[in-house]
Amino acid sequence: MTEESMDIDMSMPTNTVEEFLRMERMPHIWCPGCGIGTTVNCFAHALETSGLDLKKVSIVSGIGCTGRVAGYLKLDSFHTTHGRALPFATGLKLANPDLKVVVYSGDGDLTAIGGNHFIHAARRNVDMTVILINNFIYGMTGGQVAPTTPIGATASTTPYGNFEEPFNLPYLAESCGAVYVARWTAYHVRHATKAIKDALRKRGFSFVEILAPCPTLYSRRNRLGDGLDQMKFYRDNSEVKNDADTKTVGLSFQGKVIVGKFVDKDKPTYLDSMNAFYAQKFGDKYSPYKG
Amino acid sequence: MKKVIMGNHALSYGAMLSRSQVIAAYPITPQTQVVELLSEMCADGTLNAKFIKVESEHSAMAACIGASAAGARAFTATSSQGLALMHEMLHWASGGRLPVVLGNINRAMAPGWTIWTDQNDSLSQRDTGWIQFYCASNQEVVDTVIQAFKVSEALAIPSMVVLDAFALSHTYEVVDIPDQAKVDAYLPPFNPPYRVTPDDPRAFGGLTGPEHYMELRFKLQKDMEKVLEMIERTGREYEKQFGRYLGLVDDYLCDDAEIILVTSGTAGYTAHVAVDEMRDHGLKVGNLRIKVFRPFPFEIVRRLTQSAKKIAVVDRNISYGHHGIFAQELKSAIYGHGDCKPVFGFIAGLGGRDITPASFREVVDFTISHDRPEEEIIWIGVKK
Repeated sequence: MTEESMDIDMSMPTNTVEEFLRMERMPHIWCPGCGIGTTVNCFAHALETSGLDLKKVSIVSGIGCTGRVAGYLKLDSFHTTHGRALPFATGLKLANPDLKVVVYSGDGDLTAIGGNHFIHAARRNVDMTVILINNFIYGMTGGQVAPTTPIGATASTTPYGNFEEPFNLPYLAESCGAVYVARWTAYHVRHATKAIKDALRKRGFSFVEILAPCPTLYSRRNRLGDGLDQMKFYRDNSEVKNDADTKTVGLSFQGKVIVGKFVDKDKPTYLDSMNAFYAQKFGDKYSPYKG
Repeated sequence: MKKVIMGNHALSYGAMLSRSQVIAAYPITPQTQVVELLSEMCADGTLNAKFIKVESEHSAMAACIGASAAGARAFTATSSQGLALMHEMLHWASGGRLPVVLGNINRAMAPGWTIWTDQNDSLSQRDTGWIQFYCASNQEVVDTVIQAFKVSEALAIPSMVVLDAFALSHTYEVVDIPDQAKVDAYLPPFNPPYRVTPDDPRAFGGLTGPEHYMELRFKLQKDMEKVLEMIERTGREYEKQFGRYLGLVDDYLCDDAEIILVTSGTAGYTAHVAVDEMRDHGLKVGNLRIKVFRPFPFEIVRRLTQSAKKIAVVDRNISYGHHGIFAQELKSAIYGHGDCKPVFGFIAGLGGRDITPASFREVVDFTISHDRPEEEIIWIGVKK
């Protein structure tokens, strides 16, 4: 090696989202081709440009592959129990309304074991952002059937295919009261980043579903190829339909994926309603709750 | 027929051979293979049962309770946080006198998050009115599930069959799979005296005032008191059919032992190895592996520890603010019976830390070199 070449900066190229990650926890546990890491990248970029004070952003995850996100992000993070990310987050928000509370978890965690909390957090319009990564199965435990598994898809507990009707999550979120609802895939990184940023800026229960490939358990078992094949599938089979009626955006096995921003409306949040209600009831005697 | 199977599949085979009729479960590491195999057996017709992967462990036990109340043999499996989530329903199953059988893979409780073994998950369910079996081999798991249904249905009390995470759940061993026809003869179809059926309408789960509630609990305890004898009796029947006896404890060289190790789960097998080594060095050590924790086999434990000078209990669990849970049981078993010999309470292997033959040598060295334990807990392998 000559002296000149020694002068070349051999350090690794800078990853612009590194400052949002706990690099000491790398490498992460996600499989090659998994879409979760891509969504974390989107989230970090969204945060970077959101103008939010990172000291006031808190991230809450449940259990599962996506549940690991809280542990990798360099924010105040809370890795909670299976299904209960939303009630933990609700408590966090009530105790400290100044926090921007983000729940980042998977489809099994948020809509199966945590399904009850999902509908109630949306109903109350608790001011928080929910990012749900949907990989159609329980990844962490080996690919069991989930409430999002499309009819006909194979999972480790449905060896001959699933026959249970899956949730249409945007429709569920909207019907329960979410003020912002969007769906993108891990292929749509710019759209997903923008959606997360919009959701973070929204007051009320904002919901972003991101479909992500699980090459190890979902794609392999269903012979859908690797992570890249699934990304190509999203590229070729997604249709952007902003403001689509959420009733019409249900997913089928390898069918068309309707993506876009479906709901964006304004409604008083849980704390707004509480303060307004009691202010009306008790007049000057009531001092609004600020945490 | 002999097969090499993992501990989790031993639970599946037990549930299959018992002709479970409803299986409701939720995935949790390290339990998943139990129900994955059962889901396959149900889908391909090997087992004529309804399988449902429900939305939580709480729902899994609720579904088993519903199935059992309707007169079906119900099975589920879980672990750790999942078992904790079932807690309310565990009381419901026993209070409702429904003989559900549950396989629990011992996994330590969070936080900090862990998937490795210790017994605090199942031992926290000590007072729910469930029979608890602790297994140390895959053969024992298959045999125990079948006998658990037999005992549970005879006395209308649910059973938990417990095995260590990974050390057993993911360990492959040769298992003699009992012949289905013989199992059918041993375990006839579930036929409860009362069930939810339109043919004979009854109200279940009704409000029970102070004038009746206590008697319900009294009856549950009275039937619990019959469990040990029932395990021994049905165990002998099982032995006649299959050549293996389950029993309440596994006593190894306890008769002439001066020091008796009291163990449970797979650590109990490790203790066998350690006892052999120590016997080679002239130390009179025995091993008493407890197989049935609830109801606690007081009498047999008292009898087997009678001639020992010291008892060394190795607990892979802890009751915070007290000490190891098996140590508490031992003290309570021998209190007021014969000489008050010292019970040394050791805690080892929490959260999956290995318990090796060396751990038992350390336990025995300490026990030999001290007249009394001096402290309630002697920690093995903890970084202080």
